[in-house]
Amino acid sequence: MAFELLKDRRSQVVRSQRNEVASVDCNKASVAGSVSQRACTFCGSRVVLYPIADALHLVHGPVGCAAYTWDIRGALSSGPELHRISCSTDLREKDVVFGGERQLETSLRQLISKYSPKAAFVYGTCVIGVIGDDVAAVCRRVEQDVGIPVIPVLAEGFCGTKRDGYNAATRALLTLIGRGDTSSIGKYSVNLMGDFNVAGESWIIKKYFEKVGIDVVSVLTGDGRVDDISRAHGAKLNVVQCAGSMTPLAQGMRERYGIPYIRVSFFGVEDTSDALYRTAKFFGSPTILSSTQALVTEELSRVLPELRSIRCKLQGKRAGLYVGGAFKAFSLVRALRQLGVSVVVAGTQTGNQEEYAELQAVCDENTIIVDDTNPLELAAFLVEKDVDVFIGGVKERPVAYKLGIGFCDHNHERKVALAGYAGAVAFAREIHATATSPIWSLMPRRSRPERARIGKATP
Amino acid sequence: MTTVNTAAVQEDSVVRPIHNPQATVNPCTLCAPLGAALATTGIQGAISLLHGAQGCATYIRRYLISHFREPVDVASSSFGESQTVFGGEDNLSRALDNIEQQYHPDIVTVATTCVAETVGEDVPMLLKRYNSRRNKALPVVYAATPSYKDGHVEGFHSMVHGIVQSLATNTGAPRRAVNVLPPLISPADLRHLREIVQGFGVKATLVPDYSDTLDGVILDEYRAMPEGGTPLDDISSMPQSLTTIDLTMTGKAPRASDVLARRGAQIHLLGLPVGIRATDAFVEHLTQMTGVARPQWLAQERGRLLDGYADGHKYVFGKRVGLYGDPEWVASLATFLFEIGARPVVCATGARNRALTKALEQLPPGSVDEVLDDTDFVRFEVACRRTNPELLIGNSKGYGIARNLGIPLLRLGFPIHDRIGAGRIQVLGYRGSTWLFDSIVNLLLERKQNASDVGYSYL
Repeated sequence: MAFELLKDRRSQVVRSQRNEVASVDCNKASVAGSVSQRACTFCGSRVVLYPIADALHLVHGPVGCAAYTWDIRGALSSGPELHRISCSTDLREKDVVFGGERQLETSLRQLISKYSPKAAFVYGTCVIGVIGDDVAAVCRRVEQDVGIPVIPVLAEGFCGTKRDGYNAATRALLTLIGRGDTSSIGKYSVNLMGDFNVAGESWIIKKYFEKVGIDVVSVLTGDGRVDDISRAHGAKLNVVQCAGSMTPLAQGMRERYGIPYIRVSFFGVEDTSDALYRTAKFFGSPTILSSTQALVTEELSRVLPELRSIRCKLQGKRAGLYVGGAFKAFSLVRALRQLGVSVVVAGTQTGNQEEYAELQAVCDENTIIVDDTNPLELAAFLVEKDVDVFIGGVKERPVAYKLGIGFCDHNHERKVALAGYAGAVAFAREIHATATSPIWSLMPRRSRPERARIGKATP
Repeated sequence: MTTVNTAAVQEDSVVRPIHNPQATVNPCTLCAPLGAALATTGIQGAISLLHGAQGCATYIRRYLISHFREPVDVASSSFGESQTVFGGEDNLSRALDNIEQQYHPDIVTVATTCVAETVGEDVPMLLKRYNSRRNKALPVVYAATPSYKDGHVEGFHSMVHGIVQSLATNTGAPRRAVNVLPPLISPADLRHLREIVQGFGVKATLVPDYSDTLDGVILDEYRAMPEGGTPLDDISSMPQSLTTIDLTMTGKAPRASDVLARRGAQIHLLGLPVGIRATDAFVEHLTQMTGVARPQWLAQERGRLLDGYADGHKYVFGKRVGLYGDPEWVASLATFLFEIGARPVVCATGARNRALTKALEQLPPGSVDEVLDDTDFVRFEVACRRTNPELLIGNSKGYGIARNLGIPLLRLGFPIHDRIGAGRIQVLGYRGSTWLFDSIVNLLLERKQNASDVGYSYL
């Protein structure tokens, strides 16, 4: 396929150099007609708040926006599962003409009385932004009557990028935080931020903290509960994993409550150990530090043998990745390197200047670094770099498979926990299963002798 | 053979506006632009552009990709705030330019999203102005698809209507071809309909025909536009075909077949060919219009289906089945169940009109206990608890209900997000109906077998 980057897109693709950082033109609206893999502002707010399992999530608008976000993520709950239903005011033509406030109020009251949530989030959609429903006023009115927080999340699809949606979710969370009683919270306590309990990942991480004597006051927002979030301001430290979505909230809590934050990642054994040590060091307690050392040693001794054996089979393979936020990309580059796999294409939907600079620094020389890419670019990059395995989400999967390239889902739809030490092993197994499957040797791209580099099955 | 006068049907089926005064929980429909984008994939060299915010295109792609497991590229004009306030003409033009540059399409279909409709974008005028600025016009087709008005079924029909309206313009000498206007059916079913028509020695023009584009082969080199789809030349000569079989019996006006009728084509409205009688009607109509006898292989397949009916009739007799999904599917499956002695006790659709109710009136009174138009899955579940089905047939979104009720689910229709091979499910024609009948019998047998303490291994 003859491929040429769109002129409008050239400033968003660079190749990493050894001693030089190129500027990536990012953090801006997608180029019209480019077929971006990104969703919208509404999506940004929806994904952050989605896992709060005892809250009602009502999408105010025509039915589509709610339909597409019905039970789409693998975010698990240990109790209530209100987050797994899809509620919409299902606006019709009449509402668009005469206003949807009545429909919103009726729906809210009806749903709150039916499902008895601990709080309600009301998401605005494009239509609401245009017709000008006073969502906040309706929320206030209903809140007064029903006695639970009813919080407007105003992130109409056209109002910026997905990142702006994260900010709207932050504002919504800040209205919840601060309402609860914090008197019982001890001095070794954290909020785990930016983990969404996909396939139970928050539980894995929480267990580590509990083992070393650190209380997790709330997870934002994995397996989230309104009451826990309401008392999040009592924690002594915010441990931020998905920095793209949660840094604004961490900053807000630092300003408002003086809680410091650290950015960490629980993807890959190196990053997980680093995250645990940095949290332990923050508290400066020798007991916590020594428990952490013991935990890390024990976990490593459990997982390293298998990781080493998988590494032998993956050594020399090449990976491409395209993920939502840059911090996950950094972790994946390191985790893959540990498995003997080099990243040759790395992109994100929402990275900023600073993050792309860091991404170039962690990647090997001549890696393609791309912001807000599209399927045709991805296909061209995968072929150019002769990638063996691609890491992304559902929308990227068919591009890889169509070319006979392995794929690992690292998006929120995944059903396999990839965080922590156990997750690192699961990740290695996933990569191994897809990169060394014997089927690839049958595919046209690999069945030609001159291109059979990886086609052979590894025993 | 049922030949219906389209004008009469249209008048008779005037859609009574139903407004839903309650919230929708777990929608049983998707939005209109999804249907428009899907229809576009069945036109050779066509690509879809949604005029509005970026998220619509991305959510829709994600939904289509998860079902078909194929690349589906849908462009967006990526509205931001300024386009919403000042109009999206520049973005529309830039999107068209960028699409042309990346995809080199033969035609671009433009469908509107809620935001563009709400702010009142005059898309036909904008498209005219765009083309007047160019040396050579870019062929474009337009459909208005606001989701506060209609769901994906109507969006699909609107785009097919738009395509036929703009492109089916030749009215010369008759050609030995048969047109088929299918509703949203699987690639495998489209392929089989084509095979049946071609069995009568005539050319088949299906609009749309995504049998190859959405069920493609593995590639050596990535293609910006997948191979397949109805050629534009075939569409242009549709009015000259021997007959047009419109299978979108429950679709609402304006219909693509009305356009063809005005241009001199003969239109015949038929239900989907599921089961003996409905397939007979399809086949007999072909015999009559082509003057060619039914091919022997079809006679054999018909005999095999009847033979299967004999083998399995007792297992399905009186069995209570719940159906849900697009109205064409539900109506056709209900008729099929009636034919084999099973009972479609509850029939539901999310489509916002009375088409399903009207279609089911053709069954003998008392055949169906409950019909739900404009429903959501919560109401459908309540209806299931009243009517006690022993089996559900529908898309994968009803899985939760089947699980709650402890009954099997036969996955048919769109979307199927929890299995692979959705595009290869074939239930039309005698051959597809045989698979459908066997599958129903086997699910019931499996349930009986699993429920038995004996563990019979011979049934």
